[in-house]
Amino acid sequence: MRKQVIKLSEKSVKLSPVFRRNRAPRYSAAALLWRGVRNDSWPRVWREPPLKKSYDAVVVGGGVHGLATAYYLAANHGITDVAVLDKAYLGSGGSGRNTAIVRSNYLTPEGVAFYDRSLDLYNTMSADLNLNVMFSERGHLTLAHTDSAVRTMRWRAEVNKLQNIDSSVIGPDEIKKIAPSLDTSPNTRYPILAALYHPPGGTIRHDAVVWAYARAADAYGVDMHQQTEVVDIVCEGGDGPDGKGPGAKVTGVRTSKGDISTPVVINCTAGWASLIAAMAGLKLPITTHPLQAAVTEPVKVFLPTVVVSGSLHVYVSQTDRGELVFGASVDPFATYDMRGTLDFTEELAGHVLELMPAVSQMRLLRQWAGLCDITPDYSPVMGFTPVEGFLCDVGWGTYGFKAGPVSGEQMAKCVADQATPDLISPFALSRFDDGVLVGEKGAAAVGH
Amino acid sequence: MLLVPCPHCGPRNSADMSYQGEASSRPDPSSTTPSQWRDYLYMEHNPAGWLKENWYCSSGCRRFFTVERHTVTSEFREPPLPGSKTALPLSKTTETGADTDQQGGES
Repeated sequence: MRKQVIKLSEKSVKLSPVFRRNRAPRYSAAALLWRGVRNDSWPRVWREPPLKKSYDAVVVGGGVHGLATAYYLAANHGITDVAVLDKAYLGSGGSGRNTAIVRSNYLTPEGVAFYDRSLDLYNTMSADLNLNVMFSERGHLTLAHTDSAVRTMRWRAEVNKLQNIDSSVIGPDEIKKIAPSLDTSPNTRYPILAALYHPPGGTIRHDAVVWAYARAADAYGVDMHQQTEVVDIVCEGGDGPDGKGPGAKVTGVRTSKGDISTPVVINCTAGWASLIAAMAGLKLPITTHPLQAAVTEPVKVFLPTVVVSGSLHVYVSQTDRGELVFGASVDPFATYDMRGTLDFTEELAGHVLELMPAVSQMRLLRQWAGLCDITPDYSPVMGFTPVEGFLCDVGWGTYGFKAGPVSGEQMAKCVADQATPDLISPFALSRFDDGVLVGEKGAAAVGH
Repeated sequence: MLLVPCPHCGPRNSADMSYQGEASSRPDPSSTTPSQWRDYLYMEHNPAGWLKENWYCSSGCRRFFTVERHTVTSEFREPPLPGSKTALPLSKTTETGADTDQQGGES
């Protein structure tokens, strides 16, 4: 029923041969029962191999994007001599800190096509990767509190409908039917005038996505090295110092556990992207901002959809355990500091109560922050760079999680074909030279 | 939240300020190539360490000023004076307000 507007290479992801290997036993209810009855312990999910001296490709950053790239390199293109390096543990960055919301109701046709493909991959991920990622397609409401916001919603809905995305503008009465806990009365400070309703949106268990990709990539023979920090990227032939900079060619990576020689380095480090790019002598159009989130104590399930309010800078969903997960907009200044702040909590609480006065007695359990790599046009930077062999999949800002699978798929294709796939060509670094920016701020800045 | 040291108003909550980003000097339009413009407009150093940056005291004195901030520890210090290579510790500026008036008012 859905039409792909930008044609993808339909090399479908067939995983059956992978799990014939012993080290990745198939997960199933029968296996659970069998092991439960026999009181067997489960084997380790992925290996911890020693660092080799050389790899065909090195992925820096072991989050959803890095692991998906490594996985699709192996699964779709047969490139299995790949290392994934992470300075901490897999999924320790944004992949484990986001609010786990997925959707595809973006504003630009490029963005819509891209995220819709991602949603498709998320839809079939549990079956494809044989790990339950708990995808809950519960619908996504983006509230509009001002006339201009209603206009943007209508615009987004029309762009979405043209691409066959289920997305429509609904009024307060319908909103009240979908989410009765929302205060849709006209007597609030910011009355809810309308909402963009996107039924295919939902939430997914972000840790499970990381584990699923790691496990599947490991089964193909991809090496994952945790606690392995990249300290330098070795280049030759460039204009800058040490042969780095535009025109250079990557020859290897220096890590805290030893040197690796490799012709391809893929930067999937999100908030730390500028630091890795600087090691190759490149500057990126990226600033790093923290995005804070918080979670309440669990209560009975009362909120059936994801609710987002751009004007109130808040998005909220309820987990299967019953906790409300809140997120907000990024802190307004660049920093690598991930401390939570009181003014975030206060502002968040005020805005949530504005939307749902009934939760006033709920208590917050904890808050945290993740680092977001924000670009000037709120679209990512993907594909080749002026340094040969150094590729980027960065600039994901506050919306990287929902794009993880498709980014990995397309970056793998980019590396294997040595050409930029159509789907990510709008997001090339060279768009800043050419002045062809992809403005997604209207749909990406707060709405998650 | 940050306590941003405005040279005129003293330490103020960052919510009273408007962040203006990395401090870089505008290239000369008569001799600038497109790629230099691109660099000036879009490219950022984005270091994990000391960063020279501009703030606008939008709810206070409404002046622009430049400080150095450590982007990991969130400490502030005065940017180095022209011709000097070392940064000044910030405590000096809060003691001698007159001194800071001369260097703070960059537009």
